[in-house]
Amino acid sequence: MYHSAVWREPLLNELEETKKEKYATKSMLPDSLQRKTSLDIPNLDETQVIRHFLRLSQMNYGIESGIYPLGSCTMKYNPKICEDISRWEQFALLHPYQDETTTQGTLRIMYELEKMLCEITGMDHFTLQPAAGAQGEFTGLLITRAYYEHKKDFNRDEVILPDTSHGTNPASAAMAGYKVIEIPSTKEGTVDLEMLKKVLSNKTASFMLTNPNTLGIFESEIIEIARLVHEAGALLYYDGANMNAIMGKARPGDMGFDIVHLNLHKTFSTPHGGGGPGSGPVGVKEKLGRFLPVPRVLKKQNNFCFDYEYPDSIGKIKATYGNSSVILKAYIYILLMGGNGLKETSEIAVLNANYMKKKLVDSTLYQLPYRQLRKHEFVISCEQLLSTKGIRASDVAKRLLDYGLHPPTVYFPHIVKEALMIEPTESESKKTLDEYIDTLLKIAQEDPSLVKDAPHNTAVQRIDEIGAVKNPILTWKNIEKLNEIHI
Amino acid sequence: MQFIPNSPLKKSMLHELKLHDINDLFSDIPKEIKIENLKLPPSRHQQDVEDHMRQLARQNKSFCEMPSFLGGGYKPHYIPAVVKSIISRSEFYTAYTPYQPETSQGFLQAIFEYQSMIAELTGMDVSNASLYDGATAIGEAALMSMRITKKKTFVIPENISWEKKSILTNYTKGAGIKIKEVAYDKETGKIDLEDLKKTINAETAGFYLENPNFFGVFEDAVEEIHPLLQKNQSLFIVGVDPISLGICKSPGEYGADIVIGEGKSLGNPLDFGGSTLGIFACKNEFLRQIPGRIIGMTKDHQGKRAFCMTMQTREQHIRREKATSNICTNEGLCMLATATYLSWLGGKGLQELCETNFERGQQLRKQISAIPGFSRVFSGVHFNEFVIRCPDAAAVHTHLLRQGMQGGLLLEKWYPKLTNCMLFGVTELHNDESMTRLVSLLKEVC
Repeated sequence: MYHSAVWREPLLNELEETKKEKYATKSMLPDSLQRKTSLDIPNLDETQVIRHFLRLSQMNYGIESGIYPLGSCTMKYNPKICEDISRWEQFALLHPYQDETTTQGTLRIMYELEKMLCEITGMDHFTLQPAAGAQGEFTGLLITRAYYEHKKDFNRDEVILPDTSHGTNPASAAMAGYKVIEIPSTKEGTVDLEMLKKVLSNKTASFMLTNPNTLGIFESEIIEIARLVHEAGALLYYDGANMNAIMGKARPGDMGFDIVHLNLHKTFSTPHGGGGPGSGPVGVKEKLGRFLPVPRVLKKQNNFCFDYEYPDSIGKIKATYGNSSVILKAYIYILLMGGNGLKETSEIAVLNANYMKKKLVDSTLYQLPYRQLRKHEFVISCEQLLSTKGIRASDVAKRLLDYGLHPPTVYFPHIVKEALMIEPTESESKKTLDEYIDTLLKIAQEDPSLVKDAPHNTAVQRIDEIGAVKNPILTWKNIEKLNEIHI
Repeated sequence: MQFIPNSPLKKSMLHELKLHDINDLFSDIPKEIKIENLKLPPSRHQQDVEDHMRQLARQNKSFCEMPSFLGGGYKPHYIPAVVKSIISRSEFYTAYTPYQPETSQGFLQAIFEYQSMIAELTGMDVSNASLYDGATAIGEAALMSMRITKKKTFVIPENISWEKKSILTNYTKGAGIKIKEVAYDKETGKIDLEDLKKTINAETAGFYLENPNFFGVFEDAVEEIHPLLQKNQSLFIVGVDPISLGICKSPGEYGADIVIGEGKSLGNPLDFGGSTLGIFACKNEFLRQIPGRIIGMTKDHQGKRAFCMTMQTREQHIRREKATSNICTNEGLCMLATATYLSWLGGKGLQELCETNFERGQQLRKQISAIPGFSRVFSGVHFNEFVIRCPDAAAVHTHLLRQGMQGGLLLEKWYPKLTNCMLFGVTELHNDESMTRLVSLLKEVC
């Protein structure tokens, strides 16, 4: 059976220092500016450093370790060629402020990627500046503000979103200064049109929607939704976290969305890096183009340049022009896949999800809330397991770790009890999907105590997260406080 | 199709689902909005794409081909091979945010170590697990000062980069924070203390000071600033170049409440301004107001030391619109590069590096300002960036470019009063030879 590497790896400052002598400063820096406190960063040998981090890496799971079906996260394979090229010095050792004549290659990549994203989403203009999806949302909402300010419509201070929305949606809306109105979903798991009509008004700035939604259900009433939102004078915002479901099949721009953000680190295969760097480009329809962040990338004859001359622009949202290496990798990925490959990506991502969903639901061990057809992800419930055997969704998740498999997203969206949100992506083979399904079925039939005590085969066992909150130990200066955590 | 293993199994899998056509899986999309194809070129072989990228790469001039002396907050630093090796471990770079701690102990421990080293460097009690960049960190710090002090005026120096000003405005607009600027002393390039005293009052939520500032000049009157803020119950936020903290006083030593900075210089490549790392550290008393992720040490059920994400009730996935920030994905891998870099360098190595950068800055400034027609603009002690007034900055820029060199940053575009001024930057990567060449090329212009 699987077992993760277990290194009792000390902290860096617990390793034995090899370079003992202190550095004697001979600096001409005025004494008044000089540091008087010690700098407790250990002085180690390169061998110690490399072993330390290599051992840590062996206690970590990535998409190259195995399936990673986190719902709404699109953990797909990250082609090696993209990594390789992004490290070439002509791309990596480029200064953001060097003369534009010396960065034509990268400017062309940015220009072309914007055009490709326009085609994929059906939007008219794109910016690559936002650093991640949440920053893309925030940018979209700042554009929304700028749009209404420009129209001298100062009344619109509300953003509506469904109760299945990602947590970043309401958080971004609040940061942009909007009141958040959350509407409950229908029994079908989709937007409640009657409810939407009730809350839409001349105070609505935007309705934020993910389509397919976080249950994996396509909002089939989208044309009517767009009509209602526009009739109220509001904008329709597309959270692109689930774009992997519909590439080459339908486009948010055609559905009536006015603003779109994408997550290059999801749909366009750039690695998540254990939490970033990401990239959250934002696309808009023509009428909103003037508000996009500066600089925009322009093509003049055969040359590319940055253009800052947009007086209505919201200005800047992130330093320089975005996370360039991520932008570069996404560009390479789109070239590799082509229009046909992206379409097939979505087809197989949806096929894989529906295949897993059917096998799991047919088993009757897990329940599927709402109607049948799903897109690239689906949410099943462990409610029955909880009532019959006391096994929760989190227990199933931890037990999966014992089999060397990464669990799905758990307890999201909040409207499904004991939720497991599964997104296999197009990267997994049928054999891998079958193994995952079999393991989930096996876990449901295992001795509950084994499941509730899981994981057993990981570097550490189940973690006391409450202890971590009650007794915060956040740096190596106060690890003696660990004695105060009693298991 | 490459990267899609089930491509050839489409039919048999559809059969198991009792479907005939792949389009049956998309029957819930209304006909009016369905499309047949994307108007993009067809898929290409990896080798072909690599050739294409090589052609594009040729249209860029990297630092190796074209030495650059640009300042403005971004400068190249030496990155040891160890860093590349560690961040290329796919257990790290292909992992998601560590939501499942038992299978993410490696990354979690590395973040804990990063937090510890940032706290050491800045003189703060706690650090988060990174923000997007040093510029957005100012925005987050302003919002945090408002939450803590319940006041809505935020004060900044006039001479922070225009990019940062714009980002700060965007980050604080929604909360209704008013931004006030304090002038800089035209002689020294430092903050104008008299103007600061006039600007700070009981309404001030926080004051952001950059040290060294955008002109490269050290703010050495910091001891006078802290009491002024304390008196008005305003927070003191300091922005740093982390490399300067090898030898320079940590902001914790002069009363900072929050320390932020661009951490890219610690082990991350220039990357055309990408691969940024927002450093964010603060005093313990503000812990529950921090934006972004924090990793804590705890125990597993057997009492073994373990790590996990903590204080999550501040965050968007739990708190939604009441979260301290909307940030979710941060700059994980850049942070890992920094943790690796700092442990490779060690405290001693960082002190040495800081000293080299300081000395190189002095050396180049002296050489350039000795050329007739070129003069130092600010008298304050500077780190590895400095402002020079040229006879004709545009002509200098063009001449250097023709000779295969990138000079300093042209400041006049963003700071009209700084006519013909260039912001030069230099690091341990600029050797005597490249500096001598720069100086001789500058001499040719006048």
